[in-house]
Amino acid sequence: MPEVVVRVEDLKKCYGEVHAVDGISLCVSRGEIFGIVGPNGAGKTTTMDCIVSMRKPDSGFISVLGFDPLRQRKALLEKVGIQQQESELPDRMKVWEAIDLFSCFYGNPADTSGILSRLGLSDKKDSHFSALSGGQKKRLFVALSLVGDPEIVFLDELTSGLDPRSRCSMWDLVRALRDDGKTVFLSTHYMDEAEKLCDRVAIIDNGKIVAMDTPESLIRSHAFALSVVMGIPESFNESELESITGVVEVFREGGKTVARVRDSSAVVGIVKLLVDREIELGDFHTEKSTLEDVFLKLTGKEIND
Amino acid sequence: MFKRYFNLTRMEFVLYLREPSGFFFTLIFPLLLMMLFGSIWGNDPFPGENFGYIDFAVPAFIGIVILTTGISGLTTSISAYREKGILRRFKSAPISPLLVLTAELSSLFIITVLGMLLLLAAGVIVFGMRFYGNIPEVFFAFVLSTLSISALGFIPASLAPTARSGMIISNVMYFPMLFLSGAALPREMLPSFLKSFSQILPLTHVIELLQGLWLGGHLWEYPVQILVLCGVTVAGFAFAAKYFRWE
Repeated sequence: MPEVVVRVEDLKKCYGEVHAVDGISLCVSRGEIFGIVGPNGAGKTTTMDCIVSMRKPDSGFISVLGFDPLRQRKALLEKVGIQQQESELPDRMKVWEAIDLFSCFYGNPADTSGILSRLGLSDKKDSHFSALSGGQKKRLFVALSLVGDPEIVFLDELTSGLDPRSRCSMWDLVRALRDDGKTVFLSTHYMDEAEKLCDRVAIIDNGKIVAMDTPESLIRSHAFALSVVMGIPESFNESELESITGVVEVFREGGKTVARVRDSSAVVGIVKLLVDREIELGDFHTEKSTLEDVFLKLTGKEIND
Repeated sequence: MFKRYFNLTRMEFVLYLREPSGFFFTLIFPLLLMMLFGSIWGNDPFPGENFGYIDFAVPAFIGIVILTTGISGLTTSISAYREKGILRRFKSAPISPLLVLTAELSSLFIITVLGMLLLLAAGVIVFGMRFYGNIPEVFFAFVLSTLSISALGFIPASLAPTARSGMIISNVMYFPMLFLSGAALPREMLPSFLKSFSQILPLTHVIELLQGLWLGGHLWEYPVQILVLCGVTVAGFAFAAKYFRWE
């Protein structure tokens, strides 16, 4: 059994009438990339804040590396690094000053110049905070989360607002952190990010976990394996497709016919039918299901509404 | 522990000096004011007295420095830190959040001392300032004054959600005290109703105490002023302890 480094049981937090976090339980093992994913306002940040002692839960049990966030705040913060979603620094603080200042708060700080070069900030180290681009600010906050050489890194909406290239390099960084033996706990509202990056994912909606597993298992158990997209005439009788073993549903979308199937043997059945009927095919391709489909199925809504 | 406090204080100090408006209003503005009024009234002794305009204006202008750092400096920087989530960022490091506030107060104190030294230097070099006081007593009064006005500044600083609202609230406190407490203008020039109103301004007591000690008075001759300033200190920090918001 891998060592559990974060344990949360039945966490609840209300803001007035709103149940921001409504009974969340989860465990994170050492060395994994764990992600909580869900739409904005689902309770991701509140959950993370409670875990890292930045917010007091209404009820529930939390243990991080064996520490109680409320009673052992300093000991806990010594061992974890936190990148907050909405945060800034004084406009006229320079990059190296911020890194130096924050690293002196920790008992065993990491090598600061190594962190700067790892985050690609070496040639920006004399820049004022206000002169940095959005992506550079984000990287600086990731750097600040690493100055204490933490065992667990908490990253809240790591890549929101970044361009696709910066997103990819952030993903590489997160994987490198895991390869260094650190545990990563991240939140995101990008389903593709959770799917590509995380070893395990908890899908959160309205303050509750609706599903938690590896991305592959979630897709296998909650979504169809494949969608077969076919450019065939509307006149073609869809019920013939539906009668093929393994086909779950058939519908028209964007002028094409889509069949959702359970496995690849159903695709063979479809191809055989189309050949038998001598249908003229415009387009024919298959799409793998994604976490997005899982979310849609479990909550009945699109994530980026 | 001490290293963290020292680094934080030094950082706050450097950041304050990098901000042109803070630098100007705390260090340059009182100096310009003193040069202006000094060039009008000079420093010849008043008839029948052993001191001139500059000799009682220097402690009053020191009061302006105390006012600027304690009310405006403190409120604008802490409210900006709150608005931008900087206080929150510090809270996620393994330090006591109070250390950040202590460092902020310490750096403002150092800046206030710098402002005082500049005024003293200009007073001595340009106007041949006279000093009849006792240095330890004056220094004690200076520290008490700085503490009490900073404590007063903690009332808006504890609550203002944005830098802008912090600036507005601190200006509402700053300008009446600047003009009515005897800091920028001698209180003798005020109409009598404003003169009695100015008794409720804490800075009035700062100025009376500093000027009195400057011209040869002793601490025990100013029990009211000292009591008022102690009261303001306790009240301000008690308010902050109860109502200070980190975000």
